[in-house]
Amino acid sequence: MVDKMVNATIPEVSSTLPKVGSVLRMNLAEGQSSSSANFANEMIMESVGLQVHYGDFLAVRDVNLTIHKSEITALIGPSGCGKSTIIRCFNRMNDLIPSAKVGGNVFYKGIDLYGPEANSGEVRRRIGMVFQKPNPFPKSIYENVAFGPKVNGKPSKKETDEIVERSLKRAALWEEVKDRLKQSAFSLSGGQQQRLCIARALAVNPDVLLMDEPCSALDPIATARIEDLMAEIKTEYPIIIVTHNMQQAARVSDRTAFFNTEIGANATRPTGVLVEYDTTRKIFSNPSDTRTEQYISGRMG
Amino acid sequence: MSTSIAAINELQPSGRKLRQQRVEKLIKFFLMIVAASGMLITTGVVVALVRPSIDFFRSISLGEFLGTTAWFPLYEPPDYGVWPLIIGTFSVMLIAVVIAVPGGLAIAFYLSQYASDSIRRKLKPILEILAGVPTVVFGFFAINFIGPNIAAKIWVFSDIGFYSSLSAGITVGLMIMPMMTTLSEDAMAAVPRALVEGAYALGATKRETCTGVIFPAALSGIIAAGVIAMSRAIGETTIVLLAAGSTANFTFDVGQPMQTMSSFIGFAGLGDQPTGSTGYQTIFAVGSLLFVITFILNMFSRKIVARFREVYE
Repeated sequence: MVDKMVNATIPEVSSTLPKVGSVLRMNLAEGQSSSSANFANEMIMESVGLQVHYGDFLAVRDVNLTIHKSEITALIGPSGCGKSTIIRCFNRMNDLIPSAKVGGNVFYKGIDLYGPEANSGEVRRRIGMVFQKPNPFPKSIYENVAFGPKVNGKPSKKETDEIVERSLKRAALWEEVKDRLKQSAFSLSGGQQQRLCIARALAVNPDVLLMDEPCSALDPIATARIEDLMAEIKTEYPIIIVTHNMQQAARVSDRTAFFNTEIGANATRPTGVLVEYDTTRKIFSNPSDTRTEQYISGRMG
Repeated sequence: MSTSIAAINELQPSGRKLRQQRVEKLIKFFLMIVAASGMLITTGVVVALVRPSIDFFRSISLGEFLGTTAWFPLYEPPDYGVWPLIIGTFSVMLIAVVIAVPGGLAIAFYLSQYASDSIRRKLKPILEILAGVPTVVFGFFAINFIGPNIAAKIWVFSDIGFYSSLSAGITVGLMIMPMMTTLSEDAMAAVPRALVEGAYALGATKRETCTGVIFPAALSGIIAAGVIAMSRAIGETTIVLLAAGSTANFTFDVGQPMQTMSSFIGFAGLGDQPTGSTGYQTIFAVGSLLFVITFILNMFSRKIVARFREVYE
């Protein structure tokens, strides 16, 4: 735990541009994570020709991604390239924005999320989400975790207690909060709140976990804890993570999708495009596209 | 020594800047006076209420005022038991709150969570117009419509007359509903979007999100809205004067005419009570009681709001 944390904080501290590449390569050379070498993992989600309009504005287009079991998939790219828009398509959160129009398909175990046989509530139960800023409900720690199970088929008090304990343990928060479950969630630190939000997402037993820049509001130590946690749970819950932090993508992910912006014909605002999608090792050591290479070496974005 | 004085002078403003600073001081003084006037007016009201009230309680004992149940202060022989007014006030207020709080909340939920943009754009101005209708118009609406068509139809427990606290209470409820709606909708709109998304992301439906996350998060604001609505209902005079009659019945039957504290003040204030007479002082005694009751309710609800604030922040 301790040396992992130290290791994780190094890139944060020494992120001057020329060093980035070497630090990344160092991490990769250490054989950064367990199952990533084996890419025979079964596919669980897939986007085909995914594109999103906000009103008339085409925010992102032609995104073809495959999400695999036991893996962490990172979406990286400069601001405005549509990473967050894309991740929100994977659990239909864009439904909540009236002007958003999703085109193409997202398949979950072969079922189209936007097809008639998919219900948005059930989609979101199966595909959990953790947000950029910790967003605990104004309730107690216990009630925060119990909220999801409660709205997804009223378990008994005993079952709820078990779910809360299991989820908090899974999110590595149990030891810190077990004596004050009745306290307000706002009494926790930012990093604890984010782990509480992860516990809350895990409490409904999702099949996939979406994380939209989960560490951007956290300090390096809290970030390291979340990253450790992601590595621990990915075999049970495949993760898609949006991150602004390239080192984070390199540290935690098995596959990386690099998005970029381009201004299409007749367009005034830039549209996001998926430039390259491959194993994290390939993206960070030997990318096929020069734009990817420029971005990860710090010459762009 | 001389160099240090020169240095200090360099740091002092001069010319236009100096005049500007004096203007700043003047503005601060002027704004302070305006702000203090609110306090002065409140103090003035209390003083104006207290002196005739003291005179009233010199001739009528507090025991008779709060201990008996007949209220005929302007008749001969007079009775000064204030309970009919207190019961009338709380009957009208409770009926109004029972209508306005759930109704206002439902409209607020609809407008902020369910309604499409185009419906919201049409509904909100209509509600604002409703909030701007003069209360005397509501009063005649109570007599001509609510009384005979609604109150008389739903009140089956006793014979309901032309004047009743039920019809007054319903109408006051309708009058304060737009305010309840606007204030609680503001409280709901202030709930961070991240919380709402967090609930949806767990598979919650719209109703579960409303009752499970938005309502508790907005609760302190909603309670504050309810308190303001309640205070308005207690203080409402014209509607009650017109629709509930001017008979201070000691009864819990809301089908009967009743008088509230404020409608008594309005009623007696229009009459020809000679200044300094006991009848005249009665108005102030009732006014003081109304002031005390409103004050206690406000303090009480501030405590409630503060309690919820503590839990949720």
